Amino acid sequence: MDFMQIISIILPLTLASAAPIIAASLGGLFSERSGVVNVGLEGLMMIGAFTAATTTVLVEASMGAMSPWIGILTGIMAGGLLSIIHAYVSINLRADQVISGTAINLLAGGMTIYLAQIIFKQQRTVAFLYGIKKQDIPVLSQIPVLGKLFFGKVHLTSYLIILTVFIVWYVVYKTPFGLRLRAVGEHPGAADSMGINVYRMRYIGVILSGMLAGLGGSIMVLTQDIQYTYATIHGTGFIALAALIFGKWHPIGVLLAGLFFGFSQALGVVAYQIPLLNKLPQEFFWAFPYILTVIALVIFSGKAVGPKAAGQPYEKGER
Amino acid sequence: MIKFLSNEKNHVFLVPLISVLLGFLAGAIIMMITGINPADGYRALVKGVLGNPRKFGEWIVTATPLILTGLAIGFGFRTGLFNIGVEGQLIVGSFAAVAVGILIEAPRIIHLPLVLIAAAAAGALWAFIPGFLKARYRVHEVVVTIMLNYTALHMINYAIKALPGSSMTRTIDIHMSATLNNAFLSGITGRSRLHLGIFIALVMAVVFWYIIEKTSFGYELRAVGFNPDASQYAGMRVNRNIVYSMMISGAFAGLAGAMISIGTFNYARVIGAFEGYGMDGIAVALLGSNSGLGIVIAGFLFGALKAGSSSMALASVPKEIAEIIMAFIVLFAAMNYGIKVLLQRLGKERK
Repeated sequence: MDFMQIISIILPLTLASAAPIIAASLGGLFSERSGVVNVGLEGLMMIGAFTAATTTVLVEASMGAMSPWIGILTGIMAGGLLSIIHAYVSINLRADQVISGTAINLLAGGMTIYLAQIIFKQQRTVAFLYGIKKQDIPVLSQIPVLGKLFFGKVHLTSYLIILTVFIVWYVVYKTPFGLRLRAVGEHPGAADSMGINVYRMRYIGVILSGMLAGLGGSIMVLTQDIQYTYATIHGTGFIALAALIFGKWHPIGVLLAGLFFGFSQALGVVAYQIPLLNKLPQEFFWAFPYILTVIALVIFSGKAVGPKAAGQPYEKGER
Repeated sequence: MIKFLSNEKNHVFLVPLISVLLGFLAGAIIMMITGINPADGYRALVKGVLGNPRKFGEWIVTATPLILTGLAIGFGFRTGLFNIGVEGQLIVGSFAAVAVGILIEAPRIIHLPLVLIAAAAAGALWAFIPGFLKARYRVHEVVVTIMLNYTALHMINYAIKALPGSSMTRTIDIHMSATLNNAFLSGITGRSRLHLGIFIALVMAVVFWYIIEKTSFGYELRAVGFNPDASQYAGMRVNRNIVYSMMISGAFAGLAGAMISIGTFNYARVIGAFEGYGMDGIAVALLGSNSGLGIVIAGFLFGALKAGSSSMALASVPKEIAEIIMAFIVLFAAMNYGIKVLLQRLGKERK
């Protein structure tokens, strides 16, 4: 297998694996920038994926090829709804945010399979016919050489997510809303004294994180799977959390970190076709992205500083 | 009655108790919404735990590793660390126990302790990595341990297949001199898989309590977790203590792995995904308020939920309801601030 062939396999795979990671990680960005740590990304992705898969199956008969897109919309809403629990518990009740996030993960893991049994009478959803299919992106795929490589036979969603990255960057860094969001995450007391409603900003941050994680889960199940099972998300939410820290809480950083994780996962999938690398046991490649992350964290250590007030509940009048 | 409820001294056990009750209530509501009679569900749960001696035995079997993972997480919490890596340390520990159980031959009196030490040491060693990285490079332990969980999962799956005689799914049985199995315990519980591990778990809970509450070493570990700067100023070696705390937590987790591999099964299994003992340990530690006794009680409670859930499935209640109830209990336990305020308000209204 020659080099170009390998690239042409790895590139789309990288994009496909990176998209859900980036989506959920952007979600984490909104939440943590507003000062609420969200360990529940994994669970929010599960709910999103389950809802998207279920909706797709249920509306397929009448909506046809439109159904996965309706699925994605419901997945986003489900993620947003579940995150309200996390918001209420950690903002109003000032609970430990890591523990509340852990509860969200436990809850989603149980709830999705429970509902699958109620709705479909089995441990997983019924397989859907219309997933998100690979396609040539119009116009862009016509560019000679690079067009086919980057824009031929890819999921449209992958590029929508990359577009979202830039939208998030604009919102967080170039709008008054973004400034307020960051202020609330850095120094809620000061923000409050300037008339910003801390609780409201944090609610918005957490709910946006739920919606984006739900989006990530939805596209993950609709592009990489044929149905939702307990193993559909398999730790992607935690990878997204690592991507957030790795990307230093910045949208562009998140994009690069997400692509990096996507690439190492893709490498794991195709390694057995690459000479030299195929001598190593397959388990090594499955573990590879995680080992690489630890090494990268050590190399970049000391430089990654998150929002100052992340993880601390805000109480009016506290100095 | 109201005076009793609003008295802050009683909140230590009232808040967890209320969390549990609310958790079961939430479970009942979910069952009702989805068209299941909660009374049927809970009756099946109780039968699944106490229905016969065998079920009782299996309950204890399920609770044993949960108590130990609870102790592992709890030790971390008490010393200012969030060890999400218990899952990975457990996997490494369970493998180490089996490896020593297969590769070494020795009389039981030497072999069994050796196997347990191997499990604890392996868990501690795996936890040393995040501890060291946190102490030396200030890398947050949560991210590192999550990554190491997946690393352990895949690497140990490979190692299991590499042991002599292993199939693609499991190792051969360990030498009987290394097992925790006990004919008497199994006999009195209707040939369940009940093994000696429960005594180890209980002894470890006492060890946990002793280190944390009764030694200056434990006091130092807690101080470092509570305020590293002040501890440094008081002359404590902060970095060294972070590594120690992590390793002790890892040792508990490694032992939990041994309970499963040389207690419940007598061999190591290739697993496709995490079995959730580490995550459940968070729930156990949290509900048990990170104290030795509390963790034991919470371990038995969650063990009952897990063990009884398969009987619920027979009564056509999806067994995931157990997980949902656990999640709600954790959620309500996390809301302890809200519950406390509510209890105090009860007292004030009376006045």
